[in-house]
Amino acid sequence: MNDLSNRAISIKADLLTKRYGDFIAADALSFEVYKGEIFGFLGANGAGKTTAMRMLCGLSLPSSGSATIAGFDIYRETEKIKKNIGYMSQKFSLYEDLTVLENIRFYGGIYGLSDGAIKEKSEAIIARLGLQSEADKLVSALPLGWKQKLAFSVAILHQPHIVFLDEPTGGVDPVTRRQFWDLIYEAAEEGVTVFVTTHYMDEAEYCNRISIMVDGRIEALDTPHNLKQQFQADSMDDVFYKLARQAKRVDL
Amino acid sequence: MTQLITFIKKEFHHVLRDRKTLLILFGMPVVQILIFGFALTNEVKNSKIVVVDHAHDEVSTEIISKIEASRYFEIESFVDGPLGIEGAFQEGHAKAAIVFPANFARDLQHQNSAQVQIIADATDPNNATALTNYLSSIIQDYQSAMNKSAVFPYRIIPETKMLYNPQLKGAPNFVPGVMAMVLMLVCVMMTAISIVKEKETGTMEVLLVSPFRPALVILSKAIPYLLLSLVNVGSILLLSVFVLDLPVNGSLLLLLAESTLFIITCLTLGIFISIKTDSQQTAMLISLMGMLLPTVLFSGFMFPIENMPIPLQVISNIVPAKWYYLIVKDIMIKGLGFEAIWKETLILVGITLFLFFISLKSFKIRLA
Repeated sequence: MNDLSNRAISIKADLLTKRYGDFIAADALSFEVYKGEIFGFLGANGAGKTTAMRMLCGLSLPSSGSATIAGFDIYRETEKIKKNIGYMSQKFSLYEDLTVLENIRFYGGIYGLSDGAIKEKSEAIIARLGLQSEADKLVSALPLGWKQKLAFSVAILHQPHIVFLDEPTGGVDPVTRRQFWDLIYEAAEEGVTVFVTTHYMDEAEYCNRISIMVDGRIEALDTPHNLKQQFQADSMDDVFYKLARQAKRVDL
Repeated sequence: MTQLITFIKKEFHHVLRDRKTLLILFGMPVVQILIFGFALTNEVKNSKIVVVDHAHDEVSTEIISKIEASRYFEIESFVDGPLGIEGAFQEGHAKAAIVFPANFARDLQHQNSAQVQIIADATDPNNATALTNYLSSIIQDYQSAMNKSAVFPYRIIPETKMLYNPQLKGAPNFVPGVMAMVLMLVCVMMTAISIVKEKETGTMEVLLVSPFRPALVILSKAIPYLLLSLVNVGSILLLSVFVLDLPVNGSLLLLLAESTLFIITCLTLGIFISIKTDSQQTAMLISLMGMLLPTVLFSGFMFPIENMPIPLQVISNIVPAKWYYLIVKDIMIKGLGFEAIWKETLILVGITLFLFFISLKSFKIRLA
């Protein structure tokens, strides 16, 4: 884990900027994320996290700057990028009126997986999450924690290089959050790069490296350990507080 | 292609699992046809009238029995005078009255002319006009039967013929109207809501991140509703043929083809609304207020467009339902072929293309 810099680069952003008129939502973001790394993306509401993530996912075009995702250019090779990333949005991204199996089959189908592969994956996911007796139930009947775990499993169904998680554990209890992070670790060990935004500082500690955004700029980027030393803080909470206090933008 | 099928399957799951959607989708056309067919009819049928007969002679009795025999009227009661008529009107027992003066038959025989008074409750002016017309025509019929042998020096006899709808039934008018309305509702509202719902729940973002093309998302939303709407067209036609006795006089194939065109127009309209809105409520409100109201007002099936002020007549031209209504009337009732409706068809195609291109343009802008 210490030798991350020797690994292949998964995400490379270079002066990535997004302007809305006079307002600069994301200001010259430059960073690299390595393969199999869990990269935490922190910031207060309105700091520009979601804007940055949307640019990286191809949901929004940057105003300037460049970036590559899994080696593909975000301007010219969006189709290739789409095949190689998974995405779990802030809002719940499964269909409540479809069953667990139907959801898996649907997303498998959308990503062009073969019927055989979908069947195999469905069984694996259901076994891993212990959803055997819920497989044919509507997703709306599942508790929130299970829904989130299922949504994550579906997001990496097609074995992407990178998975983007936008505040994946919002509103989930601590025990389930812990289990959710177990899933993230498993994925990272299999070589999936995890790019995750979060509000929970205990989760920040689980990341290999974290960047903290303030007013559209990346103000700090290092391992949780180094950041605590750099800011002479006991916890990530303190680090975050010290940085976020400088923010001029209020909650948008 | 398999991706598309996967998506369409999913859409059918959504529709078939939601009882409310199903009810609107398949219940509404049936209910509307039945309501318009049997309840909201402006035909004169078994209207109750009161009779004041001061004459009590053979002519008045004969006319009264003719009125009673017709299927338009039913004699509620015989009253003595104006007070009785007013009482019947006020209590709503009757909508019209006929008054024969004393010496009716004698006047007719000796002076060659006699008067009969028809009084109608004109709170509903259309109905009142219809009733008085029907009553006068019964009297005229009687008169001309009586005068068959007599010779008049000069006479203009207008011969009226109600073409395409000789019995003046309401069905030929409203079936095309209901078809336009139902398709408008189902296609515009349902597609708009189903696309906006994905935006609201966040699944749209996930779809846009996936390799599934945005245009295909829209297409796979449209196809299920196209199929379901065709089922609706089928059920409306079956109801109108077998329940309302209204045959399809023209080519059924042409009617279905034109309906498909109109469905596509509505679908693009629904897609356009969904691109411009972000919540299901807004989408529904716009579809209902912005689409249903103009359809009812400007398609011509409830209010004749020719009688509207010029600015409203101009506005009616951009309402797609107006053109579809004309097309259906031409094919279904008049039995005309494509040569009669090519202009309307062309206009619909034009509206569809226009909506399609502005949707496409705003969809791209949204993605950026």
